[in-house]
Amino acid sequence: MKRIARIALLSLSFVALAAVQGAAQASSLLGIINTLTGSGDTAATDMPPPAAASANPVQMAAATAKRVLRDGTYTGQAFDAYYGMVQVEATVQNGQIAGVNTLQSPDHRSTSRAINRKALPILENEVITAQTVRVNLVSGATLTSKAYIRSLNSALRQALH
Amino acid sequence: MRRDTRLLMGMPITIEIVDDVPPETMEIAYRYFDAIDRRFSTYKTDSEISAINRGDIGDCDASAEMCEVFAIAEMTRLETDGYFDIRRPDGKRDPSGIVKGWAIRNAARLLARQGAGNFYVEAGGDIQTAGRNGEGGPWIVGIRHPFQEDQIVKAVRIENCGIATSGSYVRGDHIYDPLHPEARLTDIVSLSVIGPDVLEADRFATAAFAMGRDGIYFLEEREGLEAYMIDTAGRATMTSGFKAYVA
Repeated sequence: MKRIARIALLSLSFVALAAVQGAAQASSLLGIINTLTGSGDTAATDMPPPAAASANPVQMAAATAKRVLRDGTYTGQAFDAYYGMVQVEATVQNGQIAGVNTLQSPDHRSTSRAINRKALPILENEVITAQTVRVNLVSGATLTSKAYIRSLNSALRQALH
Repeated sequence: MRRDTRLLMGMPITIEIVDDVPPETMEIAYRYFDAIDRRFSTYKTDSEISAINRGDIGDCDASAEMCEVFAIAEMTRLETDGYFDIRRPDGKRDPSGIVKGWAIRNAARLLARQGAGNFYVEAGGDIQTAGRNGEGGPWIVGIRHPFQEDQIVKAVRIENCGIATSGSYVRGDHIYDPLHPEARLTDIVSLSVIGPDVLEADRFATAAFAMGRDGIYFLEEREGLEAYMIDTAGRATMTSGFKAYVA
């Protein structure tokens, strides 16, 4: 597969994975909200749609302000997020969601990092451009070693005849 | 000035020495790489690492060099929350992610002990420099363009320190996330790390690359490391101290 096509495929599958994980987490959270409010109807019209991958599930749940939530800690159903199950536990205090704890996650670490992302520093970024600066040597992942070895082998094979 | 490139450890290894030293100086460094290859190559059935992985040699009986590499690997595993792990899914160990940077660093020390003060040692894109280049200025290293292999995207001054670049535009599965071995890597294509020496740069470049986009934040948090990460869209993110190195 051509390199660019492979990179595109990798990015697509990454985005798809992030969307699936986010949706699974949101579904688990919605399940909790329905339990709390005694509504078994998951298709309630004033329920917000499942969150997009980038929405913070806590904020999304808090947006359902008109519902009155009972204080306590509630465990949502586990949902399949492709690489594993996602399950969350929500804590309600004073009728509001005070916290969401991830009980199961295919990658627990990246979940907690994502939630804490506002605490991460903002790093400078730029679009890369080819530079014309003269350099002494280049650092890059080993581009040519496989080709180098193959080429060397073919040369050596000729040398044997 | 003397420069040579030889294929060892499965990759081209280039050494350039500015000082007027005898040819033997460079030979000593290349012989060292050859010895490292014979001990650590997982492709050689008669290497020490292959014998260990077969169970022919127990850990307690391994060489001092092997024990040192295993110790560095274990320390790196703990420091990176498991993102760096030399143990493969089949239970065997592949320390090449440590050996490369470690061997370059050691070869550089060998050259220094031989009296060379101005040189670089480069293996598979990882570099350790010493002193000044042939024009008396700092060694200037280009970061390869991930999509145009004959271009660079950045030039950095590498003075008596090391730089390592991990990338996904090469061998498909040479780096993977040990915690999810079935998953292909994320949307970053290149991560260059500058560290106090090439061993530090290399071990953290490998681990941080496996973290995907989070890797740049991990490196920002760690003292003594600066990095430049490029994603599939050609957008680069850098740690806050990286610009100080730009030439």
